[in-house]
Amino acid sequence: MIRQLFKFREMLLVIIIAILLAVFSARSPGFAAPGNLANIFNDTSILIILALGQMTVILTKSIDLSVAANVAFTGMAVGMLNAAHPELPLVLIVIVALCIGAVLGAINGIFVWKLNIPSIVVTLGTLTIYRGMAFVLSGGAWVNAHQMTAPFLQTPRQLFLGLPILGWTAIVIVAVMYLVMSRTFLGRAIYASGGNPTAAVYAGIDVGRTRFFAFVISGTLAGLCGYLWVSRYAVAYVDIAAGFELDTVAACVIGGISTLGGIGSVAGAVLGALFLGVIKNALPVINISPFAQMAISGSVIIAAVIFNARQERRRGRIILRDRGASEQIEVAA
Amino acid sequence: MSAIPEKRLIPDRLGTSATRLFGSWEALLFAVAVLIFIANSLASPYFLNAWNLSDATFNFTEKAMVAFAMALLIISGEIDLSVAAIIALASTAMGAAAQAGIGTPGLVAIGIGVGVGCGVVNGILVAGLRLPSIVVTIGTMSLFRGIAYIVLGDKAYGGYPASFAYFGQGYVFWVFSFEFVLFAVLAILFAVLLHATNFGRRVHAIGNNEFAARFSGIRVERIKFTLFLLTGLMSGIAAVCLTSRLGSTRPSIAQGWELEIVTMVVLGGVSILGGAGTIGGVVIAAFVMGLVTFGLGLLNVPGIVMSIFIGLLLIVTITLPVIIRQFRHRKPA
Repeated sequence: MIRQLFKFREMLLVIIIAILLAVFSARSPGFAAPGNLANIFNDTSILIILALGQMTVILTKSIDLSVAANVAFTGMAVGMLNAAHPELPLVLIVIVALCIGAVLGAINGIFVWKLNIPSIVVTLGTLTIYRGMAFVLSGGAWVNAHQMTAPFLQTPRQLFLGLPILGWTAIVIVAVMYLVMSRTFLGRAIYASGGNPTAAVYAGIDVGRTRFFAFVISGTLAGLCGYLWVSRYAVAYVDIAAGFELDTVAACVIGGISTLGGIGSVAGAVLGALFLGVIKNALPVINISPFAQMAISGSVIIAAVIFNARQERRRGRIILRDRGASEQIEVAA
Repeated sequence: MSAIPEKRLIPDRLGTSATRLFGSWEALLFAVAVLIFIANSLASPYFLNAWNLSDATFNFTEKAMVAFAMALLIISGEIDLSVAAIIALASTAMGAAAQAGIGTPGLVAIGIGVGVGCGVVNGILVAGLRLPSIVVTIGTMSLFRGIAYIVLGDKAYGGYPASFAYFGQGYVFWVFSFEFVLFAVLAILFAVLLHATNFGRRVHAIGNNEFAARFSGIRVERIKFTLFLLTGLMSGIAAVCLTSRLGSTRPSIAQGWELEIVTMVVLGGVSILGGAGTIGGVVIAAFVMGLVTFGLGLLNVPGIVMSIFIGLLLIVTITLPVIIRQFRHRKPA
């Protein structure tokens, strides 16, 4: 029954995205052409990867507001590394990015796991600290395109079967995350520790440690995106991806991932990100000021939250939720 | 509730060993404030000057006004991340009205009115539709600031009437600015509201155990709605002060303030899980943050590096009692 609902939810998003594409291509022929669709997907790749990290954290009943700051710090670090040591192979730089991201994520995770501090407070703090560290690291200087090596800049742009490597990276991450969430113990533990932490403990799951690993996953993906972002925009500065953490939360909410934890799917997060990507790319096409994008995504988030709440309420929440009893009272009141 | 709605069964920090150790959170915080004050006056010869100190208060008065209302909201178990966006929207509305030639009283009314209106929107979404406040206000945050961007784009409003400058630049007597006096009056009003009225007790009760509060006949939704309205009102007042002080409006006005305001509230000893906190703590936290940023400013530390200190301050003040508590619990065992 739950699985059917999820399918319904994701089908609905697919249909909405398809309708959007149809409407936009009616206004501007060629919007839905395969080449442009590949462009949109490529443009949304970073958001997709970050949304998957955010999804992992939200599923465990936490939130990671430091992802964008993580992107900025890691991006700056690998940008400077590349500029200072052009001889280092790209593989090494990507590994460094993954490691820095993982460490930053682990710092968040340690606070949540060992000290039991609410994730919103921890990541609110590390959000300013990580971005500040990016400033300390660079002294406020930019790393520009001419300082970066050709492989560093060009590899994500290489076309493979019509799609740049950047897009393929997102596809690979989506596949890996799907396997992790649906086929591994960690994936089940992540769902369990968000769906019902008390029951998860009785089932032998260490909820704190599961949250720690969720933060490490989110941090690692953010580290990867740090490299991808700097390479894609060919510049590294302190303010890159400022405010992007909210876009990742928005993608998750639109994708039907419950902020109460335990409910959501990889497909939902991907579709939520694609929805935002399509709108972002369509605005210039249909002659709406890019300044309107913020208000539109805000409205979409609110609409999605209202829609999610309806869906969750329609289900028998008493079975699934520790707050079920209070819900009943609310209905009665 | 926020993303971590694990309800506690016993109120936080009512006679825990850590708080007994320090007397109270407020006492600890006050000691920190005194230390920072001494450190500042040793570090810079310009610090101990009545006018300099008066200037320093502008660092926190506007944020603190919003923080008072936010403290009540967080104590009740909700959060409002849209406050900075409300300030931006209210400021934009005042800018547009000033362009149309409306006088100072009208501008103030419009600023406060927009603030209240935004608060009502949040209140309806959270209390009326019973949606999780953290996601809703992330949505309204994009929506409100997005509207400001649609109106202003990359332009700015200026040309406020000369008498409008009083709210942000005027002095009531000697070095005491209008803003500082307003801050002091509001602090007293909120302290009375939270600590000496039925309303304040109810706010605490909802935060401690919403379920029990409902059984005790407290109209939970009505109080939550009032709190969101109050937060909107305070954001509107802060917008009047800030706009008057800066004399111009850009859509990026007060960017990132929501994080600083939440930091101020949490630093003031308000439990992010709800149910515990005092206005006195928030007042001291406002001074601590103001002194830190001002002192570092006198030492020519860049703003982004200051934000590292604010982030560290947040995390350290939250973790310290937890670590001490864990340490003391381990000793007998």
